[in-house]
Parts: sequence; C-alpha cells; structure tokens
Amino acid sequence: MTRLTLGISAPSLLVAAWIGAQGGEPPRAPLLWGGDAEGGAPFVEADPTDASKVRGFDVEVAETIARGLGREARFLQVQWSSIDQSVERGDFAIGLSGMEDTPARRARHSVTVPYFEFREVLAVRSADVGRFSRLADLRGRRVATLGATVAYDILVTARDSLGVIPVSYDDDVHPYSDLVAGRVDAVLLDHIIAQRALRRRGGAGFVIQPQAVAVGRYVGVLAKGDAALRDSVDVVLRAAMRDGTLERIFRRWDVWDPGQGALFRRVAGRAEDGPFEVGAQHAAPLRDAAPLRPGVWAYLPSLGRAAVITAVLSVLAMAVAVVVGLVVASGRVYGPATVRAAMTAYVEVIRGTPVLLQLFVLYYGLAGLVRLPAFLAAVLGLGLNYAAYEAEIYRSALEAVSRAQLEAARTLGFSEAQILRLVRGPQALRYALAPMTNDFVALLKDSSLVSVLTVVELTKQTAIYATNIGSWIMPGVLCGVVYLAMSLPLARLGRRLERRWGAA
Amino acid sequence: MTGDAGGTRGALLGIHELRLNYGAREVLRAATVEVRRGEVVALMGLSGAGKTSALRAVAALQRFHGGRIVVDGFALEPGPAPPESRLKPLRRRVGLVFQGHALFEHLTALENVTLALTHVLGRRRDEAEGEAERLLAALEVGGRAGALPRELSGGEAQRVAIARALAPDPALLLMDEPTAALDPARRSSLGRTLRRLAADDGGRGLLIATHDAAFARAHADRVAILADGVVVEAGSPAEVLDRPAHHATRALLAAGDG
Repeated sequence: MTRLTLGISAPSLLVAAWIGAQGGEPPRAPLLWGGDAEGGAPFVEADPTDASKVRGFDVEVAETIARGLGREARFLQVQWSSIDQSVERGDFAIGLSGMEDTPARRARHSVTVPYFEFREVLAVRSADVGRFSRLADLRGRRVATLGATVAYDILVTARDSLGVIPVSYDDDVHPYSDLVAGRVDAVLLDHIIAQRALRRRGGAGFVIQPQAVAVGRYVGVLAKGDAALRDSVDVVLRAAMRDGTLERIFRRWDVWDPGQGALFRRVAGRAEDGPFEVGAQHAAPLRDAAPLRPGVWAYLPSLGRAAVITAVLSVLAMAVAVVVGLVVASGRVYGPATVRAAMTAYVEVIRGTPVLLQLFVLYYGLAGLVRLPAFLAAVLGLGLNYAAYEAEIYRSALEAVSRAQLEAARTLGFSEAQILRLVRGPQALRYALAPMTNDFVALLKDSSLVSVLTVVELTKQTAIYATNIGSWIMPGVLCGVVYLAMSLPLARLGRRLERRWGAA
Repeated sequence: MTGDAGGTRGALLGIHELRLNYGAREVLRAATVEVRRGEVVALMGLSGAGKTSALRAVAALQRFHGGRIVVDGFALEPGPAPPESRLKPLRRRVGLVFQGHALFEHLTALENVTLALTHVLGRRRDEAEGEAERLLAALEVGGRAGALPRELSGGEAQRVAIARALAPDPALLLMDEPTAALDPARRSSLGRTLRRLAADDGGRGLLIATHDAAFARAHADRVAILADGVVVEAGSPAEVLDRPAHHATRALLAAGDG
C-alpha cells in the first residue's frame, strides 16, 4: 500500500484531489494498473468508440481485482516490454497484459496466482502443415516470435538443441504477415495471439498446429516490495475463480476452454493464504526454456556478435549513402531541370519524414512488391535515408568551390569532366570529409532503429539482455562502452579533418 | 569611337561593335577594340563600364548579343556559348588572368601551372614541370613553386596565375585589374614583366582591363576608354590620358586621382 501511494503519478494525484473536492466522502485511491493497448484484443485494446477507454479480458480482470479491493481501476498505458521495469519503478501497482509466469519474473517481482492458461502453438503456412508440425521439424528454418517472451526463450533453447533459427519481433502482428509472405517458416506464440491473427486473415494463409509446444500462464505483476498487496489480489482472484466471475469474463471474450477450469481448480482449491508455488505446477518444457541467466560474462559473446552486426550494418549503409548521395548531388548540381526537381523532391521527402516510418514502409509496406530480407532492408533503409543528408553535404561542398576556379579551368581548355575530376571534386571532397565523418557517427547510433525490422543489433541485444537480468545498469554501461569505442575514434578523425581541410 | 579602332584586319584580337546585355540592362552597345601582336592595350573605364564583361566575352565565358569577336582567325558569334568542344582552338589562343587570381586551392603553385600542360596538352610530367619552373622563374616566383595558394602573398599569387595562363602559350593574354592588390613598387615591376611578355616569342597581345591611369600611362602601348557601352576614345597614352577629349575620360582620370 505504501508502495502504491509513493508510486502514483502526479496527474493521478491531481485527479484524486479533484475527486476529493467534488464528493463529500474522500474515496480510496484508485488502483492504477499498467497494460499495453497496442497488444490489442482480447487482452487490452482501446475502445473503438472512445480511445481513452480500454477493454479486453485483462481490463475486466483488473476491474474485478479493483472491485474486490474496494477501489476503482484506472488504466495506465505502458509499452508491453517495459511493464516489468515500470511496475518496479512504481509507475503503477499491477501489470496485467498477458504477462507470462516465468521463474525470472517470480524471482524479481511479486507475482499473483495464474489466472489464465495458454498454449504455445506453432503456426505454419497451409502448404507446410504436413512438414512442420513440431519444433524438431524446423531445423535450419526461421521461426518467428515476439521478443522477450517465453516463446522466444523456447526458440533460443531450440536453436542450440534443434537448430531452428529464432527471429524476434517487436510486435505480434508482423510475425504472421511475414509467415504468409514467406520470410519465416513458422511462428511460435500464445494460442490466443495465433487465433486472433488467423481471424484477422479470414482463416486463410496459415494453419495453427493442434499440438502445443508448451503450456504457460498469465499472471499479474507487482513490485517486489508489494507482496502484501499481491496477497490481497490473490485472495480476490481465487474468489473470482470460485464464484464464476473469471469464467464469465473469459467466455465473454471467447477464450474459455476446459483447461481454464482445471487451472482454477488447482489454484483456488489451495489455501487462500500463501502464494501459489510456481515450480510444482509448471510443465517441464516451460521451466527448461526459461532458466535464470547467469551474470555479465555469459552475455559478452552475444553482445560482441551484435556489435559486429552494428558495425557491418553501419559501414554498408554508409556505402549506400555515399554512392546514392553522390548521384543525387550530381543530379542537383549538373542535371537538367526535371532531374534537379526529382532529386530535390527525394532529399526533401527523406529529410522531412521519420526514418522509422521509412524503415516500416520499406520492410512491411513494400512486402507485397519486393520481399527484402531484414538485413538488406536495414542497410537500404538507413543508406537511402542518409543518402539525402550526404547529397546535401556533397552539393554544398561542390558549390563551395569558387566559380572563378571553374571558369579559370575552362579557359585553360579542360573539359567539364576533367574540371570535376581535377579541380572541383578534389576540393569538394575535402570540404565534405569532416561532415561525412560526423554523419557516419550519427548513422552508427541510428542503426539501433533497425531492430524494428527484426535485426538484432547492439541496442536490441542489450535490451534482451536487460530484460533477462531485470536491470538496465550493467547492460547499459556495456552497450554504451561499445558504442563509444566505435564512435569516439571517428569523432576525433572528423575533428582532425575539419581542422585540416575545413572551409576557411 | 575613333578611326584608329576601325578595322580588325591584321589584328590579333578584333572586337567589333560588341553588344552585351544583362537582362534589360545594356552594358556594351557597340564597343570596338583591337589588339595587335606585341602590343599592350589598356581597356579603361569606371566600375560597371563593362571592362570585365568584354574580357569574359572574348574568353567565351559570357554570351553576347551583337557584333563579332575574332581571335587570330577564330570567330565568336552572338548567341549562346558554343559547346566547349568547339572552343578548343580559342582556348589555345586566349589566356585569362582573373582579378582574384582564382588559383586551384588544392594544388601547389607548380601544380597549378602544370595541370593544363599534362591534362590538356598531353605533355609528359617531367617536361611539364620543367616548363612550369621556367615560367615561374620568369615571373620571379620560382622560389615559391611548392607553396599552396593560401601561403602566397597577393602579388605572388597573381604572378603564379599569370604563369598558369601562359602555360598553354596563348597568343592573347587577357588580364582583369592586375594592379588592384599591388603596392606602387610591385605595380611597376608587374608592368615591366608584362612588357617583356608582349615582346616574347614573336609577340603576344595583352588586353588589360584597368582603371589605374598611372599604370596604363607607364606600360600600355595604347589606351581605349569604355563609357556608355562604347569605346569613346582610343590612342596612345599620351594622346588619350594627357589630352583627354571626352568627358568620360576626364571623369575617369579625376576618379583615379581621388
């Protein structure tokens, strides 16, 4: 309770004060709960008629809990992958958004009894139903899932034992569209998510294999220090299992199945005091798939690999940017009016829209026309974006060479091509080198954006690491050190070039 | 206009009735000047009289709208500038020294001079360097061959620019305000150098745009005064500058004294 009072945000305090001022009797503080409406129905989705309201079975579970505590439920939007850190920070009292029950989560937070049992199921293209029915059938194949989930941990384990290739996504929609598009060969996710994806596609395009790969449970997540509140929540949840409240909620959202009844009997049949023991109730595969990870050293190889990916990606993207930038700049300086207009439009559109949007359009938006592999799309996306900035550097560098020198070269009998090669180009290059170096440093850091295209580079790997160990401190320091090791020498080089050749 | 500047026959450069506009503004109306081999001609006028425009038209850097320019048998006609490939004979005949010297900033003095020799005239590098060293020495900047333009004084840079323009051995050398950045001692030194250039190698023609009357009086063979888009007066410095007949010449001399 103290945790809650400390944790509620300033706006909620204002709201509470306002409510207090309106009514006669001061109401109890609302129960602030965190969830991600981006996850959508049936978990939590924004009400189509009123975007400020949410609905879904997790919303109704939250309302049930709040009612049981004699309080009013109030929703806080939190990015799904941040719910654990956010609840520990005290942003809200309880996180409910299809949060999986894992040993790691239990070790770091106060976790409620499970209130829903889900199955991790494989989805495969209709044509592959006979070939890929189990993970073992997918050796050497790309299997997609949502990052930082039990399913992802299962896939990482299966990489070592079965040779499947895990592909991590930031959302649970694109794994299925990429499955249908052929970018991946299977998707492993909760059956609720798989069934929803299949409904969205009108039941066509892929098939959900009936045999579950593993079984898991959804729980509410509270801060480690909130064990007392967690115990009260457990009492409410067990009561809601016994009196049919939860069953009615799940039936209303069409996610009820006999497995839930069995779960309720196991959970609610126990003594009401004392937490639900996770180990005794879990299916073996789930436990094996999500071991608590050891310390820093275990992560160094994967961080090293991710750093190499970041470096290679940045160098290739810069190469694309330089080549395309030169073409665009030449078009703007030497081209006829139509070419100049086209090149100017390219530069303005690229510079005027977010690079994240461009990456999404390139990778997902154009997937119907060209199905680019993620790494290539990342190189092209960043390269084409930076090309616009490079083009402006080259254009201004070309224009910084005095007209008189170009005319002097003409009177000496040089051709236009010779003037560019012997007089204008070499000088423009000197003007451009320092800003190019600075751009490359910026690109190195912007390369972290391509994790939205499932490329696991340095920042993404760090985020996975941080989620696994439940802290951003050590991963953040390590990641920062690696970025600095790459960018500081470049920045120094840029300053030296600037001193040597900068425009006078 | 005087009878002296009438025909172009026998002249190295003939500018005949040159008309040149910038939009609606007519800078040159019917300017006529000629330069013979071995002759230094000073083209004089107040700022904006069109001296630089006339030089640029002769070097085919600037289109003109009427009249005719003939350089050693090569004729330029009014209208858009012809493609650079058609101008090759002109480029061999005409050198231009810009007012701001316009040296290639990334190259040394020596490389500024050799660049056209190796890449336009196809000379071997050692041959080109020997020629460039000879030219720099003749212009009294032989000791500065390895310096970059930004390391040169104004006077040195100008001499390197002259050497660069002379490298392809043009018959006609155009110079825009060569004395603008020089002190009096360097002016007369430059004047003597230019006289020697005019006499060298069977004779070059020099057309020098200037408003420096003292320089013109001391070093030019002939003076042409440009005003209101025409050459209003032309002749020897003694005739034109000591006994000015036209009010524009008197205005120019008054401005120069001030």
